[in-house]
Amino acid sequence: MAGRVLRYAALIPLSVVFLAPLVWMLSTSLKTDRQLGLWPPVWIPTPPVWLNYAHAWTSAPFALYARNTLIITATAMLGQLLSASAVAYGFARLRFPGRDILFIVVLATMMLPGVVTLIPTYILFQKLGWLNTFLPLIVPAYFGAPFFIFLLRQFFRSIPMELSEAAKIDGASNLRILLQLILPLSRPALATLLIFSFTGNWNDFLGPLIYLNTQDKYTLTIGLQVFLQQNSTQFQYLMAISFLMSLPIIVVFFFAQQHFVRGIVMSGIKG
Amino acid sequence: MNASAQVIPSQARRRRAGGMARREAIEGYLFILPWIVGLIVFTAGPFLAGFLLSFTDYSALQAPNWTGLQNYVKVFHDQNFYLSIFNTLYYVVLSVPLGMVIGFGLALLLNQKIPGIAFFRTAFYMPSIVPAVPSIMLFLWILNDRFGLLNGFLSSIGISGPDWLTSPSWTKPSLVIWSLWQVGGSMIIYLAGLQSVPQELYEAASIDGAGAGRKFWHVTIPMISPTIFFVLTIGIISSFQVFTAAFLLGSGNYGMPGAGPLNSLLFWVLNIYQQGFYFYRFGYASALAWLLFVVIMLVTLVQLALARRWVYYEAETPGR
Repeated sequence: MAGRVLRYAALIPLSVVFLAPLVWMLSTSLKTDRQLGLWPPVWIPTPPVWLNYAHAWTSAPFALYARNTLIITATAMLGQLLSASAVAYGFARLRFPGRDILFIVVLATMMLPGVVTLIPTYILFQKLGWLNTFLPLIVPAYFGAPFFIFLLRQFFRSIPMELSEAAKIDGASNLRILLQLILPLSRPALATLLIFSFTGNWNDFLGPLIYLNTQDKYTLTIGLQVFLQQNSTQFQYLMAISFLMSLPIIVVFFFAQQHFVRGIVMSGIKG
Repeated sequence: MNASAQVIPSQARRRRAGGMARREAIEGYLFILPWIVGLIVFTAGPFLAGFLLSFTDYSALQAPNWTGLQNYVKVFHDQNFYLSIFNTLYYVVLSVPLGMVIGFGLALLLNQKIPGIAFFRTAFYMPSIVPAVPSIMLFLWILNDRFGLLNGFLSSIGISGPDWLTSPSWTKPSLVIWSLWQVGGSMIIYLAGLQSVPQELYEAASIDGAGAGRKFWHVTIPMISPTIFFVLTIGIISSFQVFTAAFLLGSGNYGMPGAGPLNSLLFWVLNIYQQGFYFYRFGYASALAWLLFVVIMLVTLVQLALARRWVYYEAETPGR
């Protein structure tokens, strides 16, 4: 009993500490200039200045940035889904010489520090003339990201072989088995993949930073950073845009918590 | 019956089976082809190219000339290089252990089925969901030395808070504070590890008269040591490569992008970024990148070697 009281005594203040910044972000976004510098802090500004959101959104081409981010994110997500499914199917359900060694290579590349390939890849895209386009941020997604391959392969392996054997006897090709049997049974893993692919692309900063050079191509991450440079004192606008940018992810999180958790745990199980 | 026309059944079976196996192998390679192409074009190729580039003076403006070890010599004479190592190590040594202790502590607190536990779990995890860029923006405001929440709170208990973001001595601690807000991710991993420790072990320990403390050190810790090892390794690898958060925190009118006051936030990857994308010294930046890679690999290998001593693995379950 005493243990339980102690536990809550620790949990409650800690959760306040962890949640306070988020509440603060929302609270700041609804303040007037004058209220920003007040102490003791105003947690619930009255009246809340919802207009800040309209002001902030229109003070820079955020609609354009959002559109760009959506285009990149959606096409990359599709690519991750298609390529990881196909490659994971090969590793999980088919037999071929060197399969296990190649899969170890997949695992090894998961741990590879990305910084080593940063500059040569940039030069590659430069030679291809793809600088200041979305292509460098989208095309690699169609070639199979190691983490997603790993995630799906583990899941595909857990589906009984008898099911695909039966389908083969009925004359189904591997492609049909993948599309009509394996994928429908793998919805949880696919959901996790889509969520992680979404957050990875939505939040990407370094990629857009080095590949997108003109304002018409900026994504939300870059746009927000540029906005910071130009409006370093108008924190209510900064917080408004920050909140808007976080909103899709928070919403997805609330609807799909277990998929988030599974993705993180999967990466831990391998260790 | 003509004997030469007879096919021995087992041979026919083997031929059919061989044909099927070959077909399956070809299809297997076809299915993994995207990954193989990607591996060559986006991973192995650039990896080797980066290595070769580090021995040239390639800049975006001129064709590469072979310069041998010159880049590496330059690196070791560069003040900024040593500063970047110091800054990076500072961050790694501070953020990784603190993050692990806090993350693990929170997981221990959450490892009980008491009412409301889901709320607390969400509370701790949610900050790590917020995208890095908005999240840093938030902290730029919270750590503001005059109007920020943190200094306001400190002043209300009588402490005069420092200039978190403008003083060179406080920028790295600021980054560490931000990184600690993100422990939710590793906390979830610890929690999963804790919840997979079989109850029978605790019961057996109780029967042997062990109290809570001994149960913790002799059951919990060993059983969860693989998880700890994983979080530690990944934590070190990723904190060695800190970039986005540092870049944004150090953004401001300090001349060079993202390095903070007096280059106090000049981390290794940021240095690579500056040399490569600000000065276009691709050859030199590649040398820096390769050195970082070697260091990370060495650190990881040392960890793997040390792991034998303290990481306890259950026997592999058969059939996997």
